[in-house]
Amino acid sequence: MLKYILNRLFHSVIVMFVISFIVFFIMFKAGDPVQLLLPPDATQQDVIEMRHALGIDQSFIKQYEAFLKNVAKGNLGNSFVYGQPALDVVFERLPATLELSVLAMIFSIIFGVPLGIIASIKPKAWYSKAIMFLSLSGISVPVFWTGMVLVLIFSVLLGWLPSSGRGEVYLFTSAFTWDGIKHLIMPVLTLSFFQLALILRLTRTGMMEVMMQDYIKLATAKGVPRRVVVYYHALKNSLIPLITVIGIQFGQLVAFTIVTETIFAWPGTGKLIIDSIQNLDRPIVVAYLLVISFIFVAINFIVDILYTFVDPRVRV
Amino acid sequence: MKFFKNELVVEFFEDKLAVGGLIIFIFLCILALFPSLFSYQNPYDLTQLFLENSFQPPNHTFWLGTDEQGRDIYSAMVYGLRISLYVGLASTVLSVVIGYTLGLISGYYGGWVDTIIMRIADIQLSFPAILIALIIMALWGEGIGKIVIAITIVNWVYYARTARGVVLSEKEKDYSQSAKALGMSNLGIIFGEILPNTTAPIIVIATVRIANAIILEATLSFLGLGVPITEPSLGSLIANGYQVLFSGYWWASVFPGVLLMVLIISINLIGDRMRDIMNPRLKR
Repeated sequence: MLKYILNRLFHSVIVMFVISFIVFFIMFKAGDPVQLLLPPDATQQDVIEMRHALGIDQSFIKQYEAFLKNVAKGNLGNSFVYGQPALDVVFERLPATLELSVLAMIFSIIFGVPLGIIASIKPKAWYSKAIMFLSLSGISVPVFWTGMVLVLIFSVLLGWLPSSGRGEVYLFTSAFTWDGIKHLIMPVLTLSFFQLALILRLTRTGMMEVMMQDYIKLATAKGVPRRVVVYYHALKNSLIPLITVIGIQFGQLVAFTIVTETIFAWPGTGKLIIDSIQNLDRPIVVAYLLVISFIFVAINFIVDILYTFVDPRVRV
Repeated sequence: MKFFKNELVVEFFEDKLAVGGLIIFIFLCILALFPSLFSYQNPYDLTQLFLENSFQPPNHTFWLGTDEQGRDIYSAMVYGLRISLYVGLASTVLSVVIGYTLGLISGYYGGWVDTIIMRIADIQLSFPAILIALIIMALWGEGIGKIVIAITIVNWVYYARTARGVVLSEKEKDYSQSAKALGMSNLGIIFGEILPNTTAPIIVIATVRIANAIILEATLSFLGLGVPITEPSLGSLIANGYQVLFSGYWWASVFPGVLLMVLIISINLIGDRMRDIMNPRLKR
């Protein structure tokens, strides 16, 4: 087990190292941020001074070396735009993004799994077909379109919900104040619509596959109550693939906050990354991507560990 | 080809929803193939756009209204459908060809070729797809060709993984082993023997992923990083209309959005049915 963990850790560090190099190189090639940072009437002298101050007047190798030295000290460099350490800027906004992602995931699981089970027990019933068609629209609707329709209905037409911002924040989250909750509803719904449909469909397929297995037939033949067969034996085994997917999808959710945060002007990392790419703010882009890939790696790791609990056949 | 065996086709047509999806998809393809026949304004031709026609609500002349430049939304949607479908199909075909070839080679030869290809895939998969495409487009600029390439770069990985998995099991089977014993070249075995036997899962995945590619294109265009409004896709039309949504000009974004939704639902209905038919574990 320990060997496995160390192996994975080593692997992840290499992946993140490669990522940092590639992103650093792409951003280096992408252009000169100074042009965007200084006012149009800046003199040549200003440009030279600023390039020197940011350390981008040196060769690529020198810059990357400086970056690595910083990393060794736990620092990913200062943002070109904000002037603060890039990691701090990202971490400052991370709670807002994680808040959206976690709430959306919880919402999707709470509704997706039961609806998937209902649709799997009697697949030919009208309500199963209705659920499946709705879920098909769920996976067919782009995130931005869901957000737009919600804004159109609840902000423009009805005027019930605010269309932008985070509202009142208390203890890292808006979920504890009424104003915050009103701001949260639409972004969370937007983000979870696709996930909910996906989880629903996977639960259904998983359940239907498991229900065909011999041990389910045996349990039924043996006289085990239907309820126990469905909710204990079958559900437990169809949860296994679901855990992987939920893990992977959580990472996707964090990425899709880019779209959601753009629509709802949510002050999280998604908006930050869009702005930073456009401003060629390299330290922020590198820091953001490293944080995201770290979250990805961490989730995959947790999923693998969970696997051993749910499925005793798996040994890591 | 195994896929077109009659019983599978018959099974496909047993599901009314899937048939409905197929009919809608074919209809949309015809619209997209001959946009000039089905529209009364060419949105690419700026001399046909008149500013005095801007922001007309849906009426007799402009069935679905106009946008701020007097662009007829209905006509622009027909042309936009063409671009969206083109990006979806082109990027899917490209990524299938590239991903499948690399996956087959990777799985068949193993060794360092396999290691390199799969490490690249691993690194790419440690990121959400949209993020990679977003960075490519943000730094490279708008354009239809560019977005096709960006989506291909993102999507080849999925096909490569599938193909590799399939080849690993297929190459041990008797037919590949006997082809080898008969002295067939490696490439001959990969593309002559294994490839035809593994097309079915790839076709299914590809169908579903066309829808994904279209969504990805629309999302990037919505963020202003995809297709420019002068050659609009459905996504760029929605983005364009979204800017005036709060002013009450809802038609400029809602109609293109509905069409995009119908397009993707029809593809997913087809893909869903195909996946059900192909899944042996759902057979009694």
